[in-house]
Amino acid sequence: MDLSFTPEEEAFRAEVRAFMADDLSPETAAKVREGRTLSKRDMEDYHAALYARGWLAPSWPAAYGGAGWTPVQKHIFDEEAARASAPRLVPFGIAMLAPVLFKFGTQEQRDYYLPRILDGTDWWCQGYSEPGAGSDLAGLKTRAVRDGDHYIVNGQKTWTTLGQHADWIFCLVRTKADGKPQEGISFLLIDMKTPGVEVRPIRLIEGGHEVNEVFLTDVRVPVGNLVGGENQGWTIAKYLLTHERNNIAGVGFSTQAFESLLTHARHPRRSGRRLIDDPLFAARLARIEVDLEAMKITNLRLVVAGQSAGAPGVESSILKIKGVEVRQALNDLARRALGPAAAPFPSEDLDGNAAIVPADQAGNAAEYFNNRKMSIYGGSNEIQKNILAKAMLGL
Amino acid sequence: MLADSLSRLLADRCDPALRMKVAYAAPYHSPELWAALVEMGALHALVDEDHGGFGGAGFDIATVFEALGAALCPEPVLPALLAARLLVAAGADAGPLLAGDLRYAVGLFEMDGTALDEIETTADGGRLTGRKSVVYGGPGADRFLIVARDGARLSLHEVAASDAQVLPYAMIDGGGAAEVILDAAPARLLMADAGAAVQDALDAGALALSAEALGGMETALALTVDYLKQRRQFGRPIGSNQALQHRTVELVTEIAQARSIVILAASRMGTADQSRSVSMCKHLCGRVAQRVAEEAIQMHGGIAMTWEAPVSHYAKRLVMIDAQLGDADHHLHRVMAGLQAV
Repeated sequence: MDLSFTPEEEAFRAEVRAFMADDLSPETAAKVREGRTLSKRDMEDYHAALYARGWLAPSWPAAYGGAGWTPVQKHIFDEEAARASAPRLVPFGIAMLAPVLFKFGTQEQRDYYLPRILDGTDWWCQGYSEPGAGSDLAGLKTRAVRDGDHYIVNGQKTWTTLGQHADWIFCLVRTKADGKPQEGISFLLIDMKTPGVEVRPIRLIEGGHEVNEVFLTDVRVPVGNLVGGENQGWTIAKYLLTHERNNIAGVGFSTQAFESLLTHARHPRRSGRRLIDDPLFAARLARIEVDLEAMKITNLRLVVAGQSAGAPGVESSILKIKGVEVRQALNDLARRALGPAAAPFPSEDLDGNAAIVPADQAGNAAEYFNNRKMSIYGGSNEIQKNILAKAMLGL
Repeated sequence: MLADSLSRLLADRCDPALRMKVAYAAPYHSPELWAALVEMGALHALVDEDHGGFGGAGFDIATVFEALGAALCPEPVLPALLAARLLVAAGADAGPLLAGDLRYAVGLFEMDGTALDEIETTADGGRLTGRKSVVYGGPGADRFLIVARDGARLSLHEVAASDAQVLPYAMIDGGGAAEVILDAAPARLLMADAGAAVQDALDAGALALSAEALGGMETALALTVDYLKQRRQFGRPIGSNQALQHRTVELVTEIAQARSIVILAASRMGTADQSRSVSMCKHLCGRVAQRVAEEAIQMHGGIAMTWEAPVSHYAKRLVMIDAQLGDADHHLHRVMAGLQAV
């Protein structure tokens, strides 16, 4: 296996690096580096910069604005984006709804929605989970009842990430009450401005507002907003689950977190001592470095294998499990590295003069708590293990 | 392709039953299998073309040893690799070794010492005095390459087996090793300043052992998955228990990581990052191999406690391989040193 990059790939890396230097706002990068909340505008500006460069939707068909990148180019982009502290691209329109429309949508739906995703007209969010349907998503209860040219939708969605900014939500809804639960689900696009849609914030463990509850009360949705056939929603959801594995290992983010932690640990304290010279800390960090170095190769191997198989397969479960373990271990060590100085609660009230650690470390405890979500969302790590046991081991 | 023919040969002629039969009594391996390995070029694959072989790159070493590990092969290929690497570095002729005409073993560490700076064997007027411990492949070796201390430097010498006292024994995971006692033994100086060459040989050896562990882990996992499907308790296969499924999947992800780090280390052989990457590799493989071994035993249950179950022999090898040429902690220290160096 050849692990070196070709001259073309290195040239591409230089292009991405130049783009990040020129077009990524330094204020936004600083916010990402310091774990501060991004405004809607910050995310929209980054989205617009990528759009202008033609890099917003690299895996779309070229006719719709795709860039035709190889998996290695995608990997290089992810690495450089993380290195530059670029925001994570909001995936709901570009990486989730779009593949569904390409595979299951009508031509009319593609022509209407896709350009609006690209140019930033529509911000999408995802309506999957419900209070009673998490890992067991097929247990969802939000009902859509046909009434002439409309569905009347009633129910409640939850964990709706960045729903507070969204114009549209794609939902899994129940259109048939009897039979197997999986067979009565449909995929419906809902304009958030429709009467009866109400978004309420959920405050998360570290204090931030990232996710929401979405209440749907007698919401009238045109029948034309159905994607695929009625009761075909589960097939779409499963398709999305295996395709929404883009950058799932988060190797670029972990590499950036490792470098940042190492720099901090090598910095002499006022006493002259360095954290990295504490053998117990150094051993923890070295173990994570080894896991991360292996993870980089695992990621490349499995991404390439998935590519040649035509679609990401069960390998993506390995990447999710191990990628999250590495990421969470880094978050844990970054929090530990601050000792008691991890305590200050990050808020706008915190006076700059009161800061006792560098700004890029100040969010470490909050990030540790926030990233506990990673082994829960997108199919918890336990669900991934169920999938692997069945698909890979035949158990 | 060598990998395929090697795997075929081993599939035909080598399995845990052979190891049970030959690896615990002199000569601690199968001379017939050894001859077959030599004939097919398994040793030549470990050395580059300029020095009589047809391989020698990191991936060549990893490929050969992964196959040996998968078949639990008891043959003394590791000492041949170490010796060939040292002979080539010293500008000596590796031809007789590669052709199977002479078997070499390498005397590195001593008694309770596990590091190069603990070597105390001395060379005085062309004669060596000291005691080398757990010399892999020592029983039946024709020649020994001995690392001695000369002030701050390490030197490398060749000693005929007939000039040394060799106390052979079997190892707990099979295969032969020996105590080699040198009492003013006549020796030929190969390198006066051998520190870098010895480290390079240790790197190659650690990569080889990691790849051997990888092969062993894959087989131990396969045996375990088969057993989980086959063994029934409470009226159903034990593999239907989620507790066991998840533990098995964790082995899959860890072995994927072990394979990745072997690839990384193999690709870095011959570069400035060789030593540190190999240490990352040996550390991770040591960690994962022991976990795979212990889980394979636990999930097999009582049968894995028996000598006749192949899995028990894989488990022993996977655990004991960590202690060879620096264990997981030893190599973690080397990785740490890289982080602390700036």
